[in-house]
Amino acid sequence: MSEQLLSVRDLRVRFTTEDGIVHAVDGVSFDLAAGEVLAIVGESGSGKSVTAQTIMGLTRSPNARIEGSVAYRGRELLTADDEELMRVRGEEIAMIFQDPMTSLNPVYKVGDQIGEAIQAHRHESDHKAREQTIELLAAVGIPDPSKRVDNYPHEYSGGMRQRAMIAMGLALEPTVLIADEPSTALDVTIQAQILRLLEQLNRDRDLAVIIITHDLGVVAEIADRVLVMYGGRIIESGSLEQIFYDPQHPYTWGLLGSLARPDRPRTMRLSQITGQPPSLLAPPAGCHFRPRCPHAFDRCTRVPPLETRVGENHADRCWLSVEQKKTLRVVKTGEIGLEAPAA
Amino acid sequence: MARFVTRRLVGMVVVLFAISVLVFLIFNVIPGGDPGKRICGKNCNNALLTQINKDWGFNDSLPVQYVTMMKKVFTGELVSYSSQLNVDQQIKKGIPITFSLCIGAAVIWMAFAIVFGYLSAVKAGGFTDRALTILALVGISMPVFFLGAILLLYLTSKIQLFPTAGYVSLTSDPVQWAYHLFLPWITLAVLFVGFYSRVLRSNMLDVMNEDYVRTARAKGLSERQVRIHHVLRNSMIPVITLFGLDFGAVIGGGAIITESIFSLNGVGQYAADAITNVDLPPIMGVTLFGAFFIVFFNALVDITYAWLDPRIRLGTEAR
Amino acid sequence: MSENSPGPSPAADSADGSANLLEVRNLVKHFPIKSGILVDRQVGAVRAVDDVSFDVARGETLGLVGESGCGKSTLCRTVLKLLEPTSGSVRFEGTEISHMGRRGLQPLRREMQMIFQDPFASLNPRRRVGQIVGGPLKLHGIASGSTLKRQVQDLLERVGLNPEHYNRFPHEFSGGQRQRIGIARALALRPKLIVADEPVSALDVSIQAQIINLLEDLQDEFKLTYIFVAHDLGVIRHVSDRIAVMYLGKIVELGPADEVYSNPIHPYTLSLLSALPIPDPRANAEREPIVLEGDVPSPADPPAACRFHTRCPYATEICSEVEPELVLHDREHWAACHHPLNRGDPHAAQEALAKPDRDSA
Repeated sequence: MSEQLLSVRDLRVRFTTEDGIVHAVDGVSFDLAAGEVLAIVGESGSGKSVTAQTIMGLTRSPNARIEGSVAYRGRELLTADDEELMRVRGEEIAMIFQDPMTSLNPVYKVGDQIGEAIQAHRHESDHKAREQTIELLAAVGIPDPSKRVDNYPHEYSGGMRQRAMIAMGLALEPTVLIADEPSTALDVTIQAQILRLLEQLNRDRDLAVIIITHDLGVVAEIADRVLVMYGGRIIESGSLEQIFYDPQHPYTWGLLGSLARPDRPRTMRLSQITGQPPSLLAPPAGCHFRPRCPHAFDRCTRVPPLETRVGENHADRCWLSVEQKKTLRVVKTGEIGLEAPAA
Repeated sequence: MARFVTRRLVGMVVVLFAISVLVFLIFNVIPGGDPGKRICGKNCNNALLTQINKDWGFNDSLPVQYVTMMKKVFTGELVSYSSQLNVDQQIKKGIPITFSLCIGAAVIWMAFAIVFGYLSAVKAGGFTDRALTILALVGISMPVFFLGAILLLYLTSKIQLFPTAGYVSLTSDPVQWAYHLFLPWITLAVLFVGFYSRVLRSNMLDVMNEDYVRTARAKGLSERQVRIHHVLRNSMIPVITLFGLDFGAVIGGGAIITESIFSLNGVGQYAADAITNVDLPPIMGVTLFGAFFIVFFNALVDITYAWLDPRIRLGTEAR
Repeated sequence: MSENSPGPSPAADSADGSANLLEVRNLVKHFPIKSGILVDRQVGAVRAVDDVSFDVARGETLGLVGESGCGKSTLCRTVLKLLEPTSGSVRFEGTEISHMGRRGLQPLRREMQMIFQDPFASLNPRRRVGQIVGGPLKLHGIASGSTLKRQVQDLLERVGLNPEHYNRFPHEFSGGQRQRIGIARALALRPKLIVADEPVSALDVSIQAQIINLLEDLQDEFKLTYIFVAHDLGVIRHVSDRIAVMYLGKIVELGPADEVYSNPIHPYTLSLLSALPIPDPRANAEREPIVLEGDVPSPADPPAACRFHTRCPYATEICSEVEPELVLHDREHWAACHHPLNRGDPHAAQEALAKPDRDSA
């Protein structure tokens, strides 16, 4: 097995707001090995982005309470001081964000923003930093990089901006890249380009990638391992195959079933998950999915543990027995879903 | 760029023309404005009045009078009705004083506004922020004439720390120049320090929530670099805009009260005198002088803005 | 475009007269680019919609796909006369509406409604749900007082909201619920045509399915005709009877949904489908995706002739010289391409014969 880079243990993040305490992340634990692509899937409010940002120390604020442990190669990051954190950011773990337009500073040239990252960590001359920047832009597939380096973000197209963000992330040769919805704001053909680039970096540079997304298509395309989050908790984790072909948690069934798939002829109705995602201000007691789950029973008022129940490294948070799950999740022959659509 | 400048120049001419017409008309409508009678003075008689009206062309129709006056404005022959002094020369005499006052005050107000605004934003919610907020509000609510009077009373007559009044030119003695202008600078700057630091504070708090600030942190910049390079720089853009407009306004007449309080014979003081005497030529001269600076700085703001925010710079080219 | 219209076959004729609810012919919408020193003059145009023709049959759902900037939203707004067309014709139930004034359109507005993408921005935050949904009813003088309230509550119930929430404000609802409010508002006047502009793009996956199912139920119940705009090809396939694919202001392919997905003719359609990740790792691994290089060109300065030729893997000389017409290749399956794909099947062959420069790739 390859080296464990990142180890997150029982991470809890709470924010104090005017409306009350938001339990954004509620006991998340996972590991990331070198060279692996880990996808964290969930809907808005599932805590996936907060988890990722907390790893980088980006959620630190007087209103935030962060507990648990995030260790990078044994170094604890949650309690690290600013100086230590600065060295980890960019050098060890880099992050790119959903909207490349707003994530780049509009008043600086793209090249300068990348060079700034280099010069903040390495004492390079302006000239050297610029040369490195051009190399990076070329590496992420920006055409005519020696000219493009002097452009402002608004002169780039959406796809090129995301490439520039990735170049910035690669500037200090990190071992982990966290990509928070990197292709959500992009068009399909551009999304394909960006995913291909991430795959290539993962392969060629042995870069470990955490990809945060709500799109199971993106997950299927590039992930090795998947964490499914719901209401601040991981409710299922496993390999790509396990999650897609042997899902254990009813929420995962619901997600898979409610997708309108382009590779399938039009079915009459989509299988759907009823109701709304849980409020993080007052999450339901016990299993967070209980109010929306048609298979809930009395035991579900207690929080199910994230346990390995089938196969190696395939854990889920559901009280149903493995046999029950096998029958309940089939809504139609060959199709997995939460609930057969009502007639 | 050439197109932009041309547009601006044309705009400037139109604005100055409109202002001059307005001033001219208002002057001719207000009671007691009849310039003939004023020049004629106390021992006036009909013959003299007729003579004056004839000499000065006050019998001509208004448009003709307007054109004659504007001709004089451009040839520099405009002469005051009451003092018979050349208006251009009087304004020129006042310019160094007004500029010294305004530029000095502007430097002070920007420097303090940036420091206070920055501290306030960085320590938002804390003691420093609250203290600075109260200070800023006091500064904003303090009328210039009141603050000037208080400073004069306490710092020049009670503890005689500063000279009461007057102006020493920069070229003859820079130290005395600054010493004499210190209180007027403070008086003029206080309002703006309060106002600008508040604007900067709220801009910075907005910018701190921007995605690119998160990106800057994520790439491993120090908190100081993030704040100065990304937060402060982006927050300054609207402040610079305000500054350009306010600075133009201050030079163009906004310093009248300060000049009066501290007996500085600048352009503002000259304007105040002209208004008391209902003396059209200086009013016209000073108004156009002020309007010119306001319009000029407006244009300068637009250029600076384009320089600070590249999205605007190229936006005009592409669209 | 010639006499033959890219619409459904005559077989789709329904009992109530003409088969087509909406007929769009050679519709053009250009946004002028202005520049000048003192007086602005037009120096160019963003050709958002450029010579687009299609029909929408009663009761069908026409899906409109394309990447951002392809003009799909502008097309919708121009069809509904929310934007003034530059030229071309739009006939709604046989009535030409493209040159109608506000007054003439007033009665027709009831028949055509729109659902917007952003359920957060498209509802007035200061008005109560009852006012938002009942607004159109009141405006058109259809109901007032207690009748109005009852009708609104019926509508709320129908779209799956609690009718007792009549007096709540939009911010008290979640995104999915807000989209339901938007649907109730559109439904209030019992329109014939609903244009849904990315109605589920801003919603979470589990909520998307709810809204899609709701829209389908309502279509059956109220005999609605939809123009459904989305960039999500999965959603489009699921909801549409026919699909129009747009690229830089032009329709490049138009046909029955399953046909377009299983036998795409235009290389752009193929690359769109191929770029889309399928939520099925095994199926994903099997296929060999075409990843298009480069970005979509600016609609202000689109490439000459075939607009896709700059990115097309099959492009030859002719593509940069002659603009391909939208021609019928197969039953109701239209495409504008010099090198049509998937033309191997026998029954399509005769109809595609007209094209001399057949697919060689």
